[in-house]
Amino acid sequence: MFSYGSKRLSNLIVNGIKRFNSTLVIAEHDNANLSGVTLNAITAASKFGGDVTCLVAGEKTASVVEQLSKVKGVSKILVAENEAFKGMLAESIAPLVVSSQNQFKFTHIVAAGSATGKNLIPRVAAKLDVSPISDIIGIEDHETFVRTIYAGNAVTTVRCKDAVKVLTVRGTSFEAAETEGGSASSEQFAGDGSSNELSQWESADLSTSDRPELTSAKIVISGGRGMKNGDNFQLLYTLADKWGAAVGASRAAVDAGMVPNDMQVGQTGKIVAPELYVAVGISGAIQHLAGMKDSKTIVAINKDPEAPIFQVADLGLVADLFKAIPEMTELCNK
Amino acid sequence: MGVLGPKMAFRVLVGCKRVIDYAVKVRVKPDKTGVVTDGVKHSLNPFDEIAIEEAVRLKEKKIATEIVAVSCGPPKCQEVLRTALAMGADRGIHIEVPDEEYASLQPIHVSKILAKLAAQEEASMIIVGKQAIDDDCNQTAQMTAAFLDWPQATFASKIEKTNGDLLVTREVDGGLETIKVKLPAVLSTDLRLNEPRYATLPNIMKAKKKKIDKKKPADLGVDITQHVEVLKVEEPPVRQAGVIIENAEQLVSKLREAGHIQ
Repeated sequence: MFSYGSKRLSNLIVNGIKRFNSTLVIAEHDNANLSGVTLNAITAASKFGGDVTCLVAGEKTASVVEQLSKVKGVSKILVAENEAFKGMLAESIAPLVVSSQNQFKFTHIVAAGSATGKNLIPRVAAKLDVSPISDIIGIEDHETFVRTIYAGNAVTTVRCKDAVKVLTVRGTSFEAAETEGGSASSEQFAGDGSSNELSQWESADLSTSDRPELTSAKIVISGGRGMKNGDNFQLLYTLADKWGAAVGASRAAVDAGMVPNDMQVGQTGKIVAPELYVAVGISGAIQHLAGMKDSKTIVAINKDPEAPIFQVADLGLVADLFKAIPEMTELCNK
Repeated sequence: MGVLGPKMAFRVLVGCKRVIDYAVKVRVKPDKTGVVTDGVKHSLNPFDEIAIEEAVRLKEKKIATEIVAVSCGPPKCQEVLRTALAMGADRGIHIEVPDEEYASLQPIHVSKILAKLAAQEEASMIIVGKQAIDDDCNQTAQMTAAFLDWPQATFASKIEKTNGDLLVTREVDGGLETIKVKLPAVLSTDLRLNEPRYATLPNIMKAKKKKIDKKKPADLGVDITQHVEVLKVEEPPVRQAGVIIENAEQLVSKLREAGHIQ
């Protein structure tokens, strides 16, 4: 029935469409503000060429949609407002993403490598029967990605053979998209996921702080086992407030109960890459370095000159932190 | 009916991955095909140790009735299954995958295997580590839950059972959140969930008598065709050696010079 000619034509069409990538970015927000890491994910999505669509799902979406519509690089916003999206549970968001995929046939689905993105994206990928790629730090082409393995001790380049590429993006590896100058249109999207019998969001216990957010701060001061106790972290808070810095911690400090878990920097905590990272009383275990070694300038303050942290530090001060930190604070008062 | 009737079994499946020990400084192979694994110390993925410990605690609380440890990979995976058995798992299942195919085995394959096993074994719960410290993927729990259409409770730092539900506290970016999931469910463990016990010598001896079944992915109808091709593995960029400075005053002035602080 089909001639050679029409088959060739259809191949041409398929190849032609292939060149037009289209990417879906899952927006992360708290029903009021767009999360900063989504801006990094949008930049990564823009690298594929083609249209960037954002999906905003939540109980309240109006102000997030308004913010997103101005973000440079976003062409369309799909809006799904429903009580069922409370807490961004994967059981309700994944079906929504899958139905948007079925309708719009994106070539890439992207989310930030945050707790929310890490929770959601693999569930979406499994529903599409594709292998997700976690926490990419680079994009070579539409199917080739760079990511770290072994706590950042090796960098691997992988080619994804699946038809749809489902990715999480390491925020610190991509600039944030500009929040002005965009003009995206928005439309309501009624996909699946509006009923979820499997799980329910109960409550949250979030740390509140006036300091900048750890993953996007320009300066991060982190304390480790050497801080000895939680009260001593006040020394770091005082200095951090002078510098407009965020405060992080090593696993040792978290495990010892000095500070809450969400302050942990490392392979299993947050990945940060600020302009300036100051490690105070942190020895520099592999797992901690995984979370901060892409910082532009690293300063280590430790009384042990043999501490491995000095091998990655640009500036090292071998000193007792209980003397050095108050001195530095004092110097910054002048 | 179903697996949760009062006198029915509450079987917990625990994923156990054999990884290069967390304290080893890995080396990249000169031909850039991967990292050196021969002659390197391996052990049970630390997050999976936490998963086993939690399962054992659920059994001690008389919630779980049986714990099945599962590992996918080459024959040496049996070592980590023995570790799990010594910690308190009742029996093991080794899904044999030869070295050549193991190199491209991804969470998508492992989660399909776990999903099939969950059905076969009539599991009430699957618990795995939140990530393996080698590939750092953080995908298996989420994908297993998707394949089963079960709820997922990832990055758990506290688990409580209430009737047919689990109340799980999760470690999220801003702090903690609590969700309720219906059983059966898939969980992944975060570091703060528990402090895994050491296997005692008598328990290590007893573990030798516990049974490990062997199966192949094909026995479960799971296709392990490659989805992701590794093009190369390289050393991360090396940082320039830094300088040691004399005192706090010098440090502050250096940071001022560089424009980091006012």
